[in-house]
Amino acid sequence: MAQPKVAVIRSDLDIVIARTLARDTAKQLGFGAIDQARIATAVSELARNIFLYAGTGTVTVRDIERPGRKGIEIVCEDQGPGISDISLVMQDGYSTSRGMGMGLPGAKRLMDEFDIKSHEGVGTTITCRKWKP
Amino acid sequence: MESLRIPILKIGDVLIASIQVALHDSSAVQFKEDLLNKIYETKARGLIVDLTAVEVVDSFIGRLISDIASMAGLMGTRVVITGLQPAVAITLVELGLELPQVLTALNLEKGLAMLRRQVGESDDGSA
Repeated sequence: MAQPKVAVIRSDLDIVIARTLARDTAKQLGFGAIDQARIATAVSELARNIFLYAGTGTVTVRDIERPGRKGIEIVCEDQGPGISDISLVMQDGYSTSRGMGMGLPGAKRLMDEFDIKSHEGVGTTITCRKWKP
Repeated sequence: MESLRIPILKIGDVLIASIQVALHDSSAVQFKEDLLNKIYETKARGLIVDLTAVEVVDSFIGRLISDIASMAGLMGTRVVITGLQPAVAITLVELGLELPQVLTALNLEKGLAMLRRQVGESDDGSA
């Protein structure tokens, strides 16, 4: 397994850097063009959430393995305000900002596994994975 | 930081903008404002936004495209989005953004033909 790669999110430019990192890693791992787009788009949504709600945070991309399968794991971490009601933010169309409310539920649909851990006042960690077909 | 400007070209009464770089959020917002100003200045009847070179359209850019179409529409300009890559079309629908109110065409050529028909029809209507 290669070393994980980290993109630090501080501005909207870093959203592009994070999704390019995820896309390049997915490409190296042999994901097809459509999965590369899914992964890059999911990372774009998650990195933007860090920028909008926490201001700063990190996106960590690594390759993962389970018996007979290879995949990519993306961990998005911030020490922002946290999410008080996770079921609410996972609803399509719910938004507290200028987005369309597609960010989190959309990112979940684009990935195979999606997990949110969040504590108010402490921060949010979102871990998502996509496995190679 | 100064944002990246997307060139907007004018051919007859149609404006064409082709996005060739990965847009970050502030350059995307700048692009929207530039387009609307250019429409106002040139009184263009149609606008084509070509996404042939765009590899990722997330919800922010999706919303921006939809806003551009609505806002230009309010100014009397028809908008056609052209050249969506298959992976982008798939991702947009899976994301939940089908952009039903936005006119699209397979490529620039078909987009221009579509605009000419649309603008031609509205000419007939108002005559």
